[in-house]
Amino acid sequence: MDETVAEYIRRTVLKIPRDEIKTMLQKWGFLSETQLQTINFHQIKENISQDVVQLCEENSADIKQAAVLDIIYNHIYPNKRVWSVYQMNKTGEETEFFDLTDFKKKFKRRLRSALKNVTINFREYEDNAVWIRIAWGTPYTKPNQYKTSYVVYHSQTPYVFISASVLKSNLPLLCQALVVASSYHDIREMELRSHSLNSLKDIVFKRYSQNFQTYYPRPLQERNVAPENADLRIIQENRSEKERIQRVNREVFGDGPQPKLEFAQYKLETMFKSDPKMDVLDKKEPFRCLVKFSSPHLLESLKSLAPAGMADAPLSPLLTCIPQKARNYFKIREKKGFFSGSFVSP
Amino acid sequence: HLATSLPLPSERDHLRPRIDLIAFMIDIKSKYSLKNVEASLAHVDASFFLGKVCFLVTGVGRVNYCSVEMNAIWKLGEVYCSPVLFCELELEGIRVATAQRLLRMLQICAGHVPGVSALSFGSLMRSSADD
Repeated sequence: MDETVAEYIRRTVLKIPRDEIKTMLQKWGFLSETQLQTINFHQIKENISQDVVQLCEENSADIKQAAVLDIIYNHIYPNKRVWSVYQMNKTGEETEFFDLTDFKKKFKRRLRSALKNVTINFREYEDNAVWIRIAWGTPYTKPNQYKTSYVVYHSQTPYVFISASVLKSNLPLLCQALVVASSYHDIREMELRSHSLNSLKDIVFKRYSQNFQTYYPRPLQERNVAPENADLRIIQENRSEKERIQRVNREVFGDGPQPKLEFAQYKLETMFKSDPKMDVLDKKEPFRCLVKFSSPHLLESLKSLAPAGMADAPLSPLLTCIPQKARNYFKIREKKGFFSGSFVSP
Repeated sequence: HLATSLPLPSERDHLRPRIDLIAFMIDIKSKYSLKNVEASLAHVDASFFLGKVCFLVTGVGRVNYCSVEMNAIWKLGEVYCSPVLFCELELEGIRVATAQRLLRMLQICAGHVPGVSALSFGSLMRSSADD
């Protein structure tokens, strides 16, 4: 077995939490059950990985099998990577039948015709999801297994989730190969990025609980903060305002859990508006400014701002439109017209 | 009674008992909190400032997150002739101790402690803070 393959397998196993190693190796299926029985999974990970490499040696593992283990690891722990969402467009209206074998063949051919030194692996999962792992090399060097890009393509949709990792220069090539293989016309990056792959899927597939416009008036006696007001001696003077905030919040965010995003970024290219007496900027040029919101769970924190008294309800639509517009990176330019304002660029 | 700001909603005027003590809570982590208190102070009748108002500054445990200048708070206490208390709501011990202090102040302000008036107690607290 190749030394580099052995080292790669060893490092992949080391990434896995100790309690999960056995399950993941079973999913991998490269080592037989009897072989797995011989490994002591209670020893330190360093030793477990050595044992695994030993067994892989016996089975003569090659890079293809090692790559499969890597795909399995990334499928179970996708949140270790940053994912961007891309949308493909078709000119025609006809929905062609998706042929997986054809897709794989076209993809590999397109990619390899431009760059010979790549390792390409596919794995299919439920939900018509195709996972593609690409390890990039250069025209003169073998593929670097540690510099990988991941693509998740749901064949029944025009959406592709890409975790490009280090080599962004190969991105155009990757996009081209995807478009050709899936018989689409072109591909564009939707300004939507997050660590949570499932949340990105929730947003583009509209799987989160959305605010539906309801036309029946909600009863004013709605109380959903029961635990807080357990002590009847505490009297909330602003109860009706609190209820209004809850209601507005619910209308905007819906009832269920929010998709998990870590950032929202707003690039402002608007004119600086100040007191004319201050005369801060002589030139009437756009004031370039970047506003970035970050949080372990951005949408949940935005949802809790008004009830916590930290912001007025309703929040700015620039913040609340994130799931509907399926983007968290915005460019805001000056609105051209008689009245000053700003609009979000498409 | 808990309120987010003053003035109090007028629809509940008939349900409200006599107010003996107003504690303005300022979250030291939020400039908005200070602004809100400053705006609410304008709605308080002058007679309250004779010992029936105090400022309670919360969040003092987290030094890294202070957004409000201490000078601004001292000034507020001076201008409105009212004591400033500090506490950290996240620690149960301090929370309980602060509640007990407020309760004691309330007893005095409501006239339940013979011989001690709200005004005399207020000036006592202020003079000890100036040391």
